[in-house]
Formats: sequence, C-alpha cells, structure tokens
Amino acid sequence: MARAAVLGRLTWQVAEALEVVPETPRVKTILLDVPGWPGHLPGQHVDLRLTAEDGYQAQRSYSIASAPGTDVLELTVERIDDGEVSPYLTDELRPGDRFEIRGPVGGYFVWEPSRGGPLLLVAGGSGVVPLMAMLRHLDGAGEDVPATLLFSSRGWEDVIYRDELERLDGGSARVVHTLTRSQPDGWTGYSRRVDPEMLAEVGPATDERPHVYVCGPTPFVETVASALVELGHEPSQIRTERFGPTGG
Amino acid sequence: MQSLKLDGNAAAGLLREVFAVEITTATGTCDGCSSVSAAGAFVAYTQAPGVVLRCPRCDAVLMKVVTDGERFWLDLRGLRSLQL
Repeated sequence: MARAAVLGRLTWQVAEALEVVPETPRVKTILLDVPGWPGHLPGQHVDLRLTAEDGYQAQRSYSIASAPGTDVLELTVERIDDGEVSPYLTDELRPGDRFEIRGPVGGYFVWEPSRGGPLLLVAGGSGVVPLMAMLRHLDGAGEDVPATLLFSSRGWEDVIYRDELERLDGGSARVVHTLTRSQPDGWTGYSRRVDPEMLAEVGPATDERPHVYVCGPTPFVETVASALVELGHEPSQIRTERFGPTGG
Repeated sequence: MQSLKLDGNAAAGLLREVFAVEITTATGTCDGCSSVSAAGAFVAYTQAPGVVLRCPRCDAVLMKVVTDGERFWLDLRGLRSLQL
C-alpha cells in the first residue's frame, strides 16, 4: 500500500484554495481542492510552486496536515517574514486563488498503522504539521496504538492546533506541551526547551522501542535527536525532518 | 543564523523528477565509511546551485544533483550502492 501510494510520475497540478483558517498569529491552514489527488500517507509533503506574471517561479515544500482519505488537502503554513512564498500564502491568498503543487513526496518520514507503536512524536513549532497528520490518522482510524506528542512552542498563543490537541489529549493520544518563552498565569506544565530529562519523563521507555518522529527547526531536531540517543533510543528508531532556514 | 542543514526528505521532490520512484526510502551505502542509511536520513544542503546529499555518519558527499529545469546532472561518486 505504501509503495502504491508513492509510485508514479510526479507532475505539477493545479490546486485551488477553498478556505484559509488562522491557527496562531503567524500560522494559517490552507484548505485545498486538488482534482485527482492520488492520496497520501501521514508525514508526506508537497512541493508548492508560485509563478509571477513575468514568469519568475518560487518553490517550497510544505508538510501535509490532513489525514489520508479526506477530500480536502490541508497545508499549514508559518509566515516567514523575509520569505518569498509564505507571506503570500498567509497574507494574500483568498478562496478561489490557484497555484501549482506536486506530490505527495517523501516516504521516509511517514508513519502507517502497519509500523505499529508505541509512537513518540516530538514537535518544535510548525514542525507539528506532519505529526498532526499522523495523530489525525490515528484518531480517525481508531487505531489502538499508544501515541504521545511532546510539543514545544514559544507561548500558549503560539500553539498550533491548540483546541484540536486539547480534544485529542487523553483520547487517541497523550499531548504534553512545553512553553519556552512565555507561560499563561497558573501554567503548571513544562516551561523550558526539550531536554533529556523531559524526554525521559514524557516518552515511552527505551525498552518499549517506540517509533520516534522529530520535526522542527534544524537546531531543535539535532538537540532532540542527540538527547534521544543519549537516553538509549536506537538511532534506527528515530526519524527526523528538519525545517529549512527560511522555509520561505 | 539558522543551519542550512536539512534531511534527504527535503530533496524528495527533486529526486522524484530524476528517478520517477520514491527515493527517500531507498538505502544507500557510503563509499567512504560503508555505513548504510535511508536516503531520507542523508544530510541535505539544498541552497547551493544544486542539491548536495552527505552521509549522516561521516559527512562525505554521497550525491550531487544539479538541474537547469530540463536536464539533470547526477554525481553519485560517494555512493557505493543504492538499493531501491
């Protein structure tokens, strides 16, 4: 099934924006209609291409946020102030606007029910997007796979998918937040960067051999991956996806 | 200054243009240190004129891919083998 979903010639196709939903002050989710979308696996991404009137093209990769099997494809985009693509997507894009995408691409940073669990997902900021596709898939499919999301955000208002994660917590997944820069009054959760002690407290023990997926800015991913190895997780059980310097 | 370092995942779209199959799940053997890793776990630098993929263990260059939009130039000298 995995191979069938990722094989085939990769071509650019037109996507039409149906709706733009604010998630946080800097992040929006774009709901897309993509006729003939071949389907995707949780964790895959698309390449997105904008073409200016003079023919200039800019291309970026965005993780897919929606679960497989949904009619509408969702991308969640963080605004990068000096980016070429993301300010257009978060500020200018209106329902009915069109651009090109190709995909789904990537088969490595993917989780499917057949891989089993337990699952430990570690997200930094908008790195939560491909992990959300996994959590949504898990929730929708009613899979009995223990999953934990450790999610690092700057502040409570910066937590992407906050309400949905609150709903998922205690149901199909366990959600643990850490807020690194500012915390609301009465906050009793973690308020520091992810470190080995936090990973040991939150995650499944190493002898449970969890499948670990880490996504976020490059320094975040490197720190977390090193900490996991330090704790005794096998490197082959840890899959990482680093977000670029500009993301764009 | 953020790092320019990414994973092989970041080159998945480009590599699909070249190979026409999903390449990030393929495993490559480094000619330098003999370690075996999934292409999705290679270290990728995408902000050069081309894309450079390096070994996650020894940092040797495994693949270089350059395109002008129509043609591709592939340098696979650092890869002993690639299992698809």
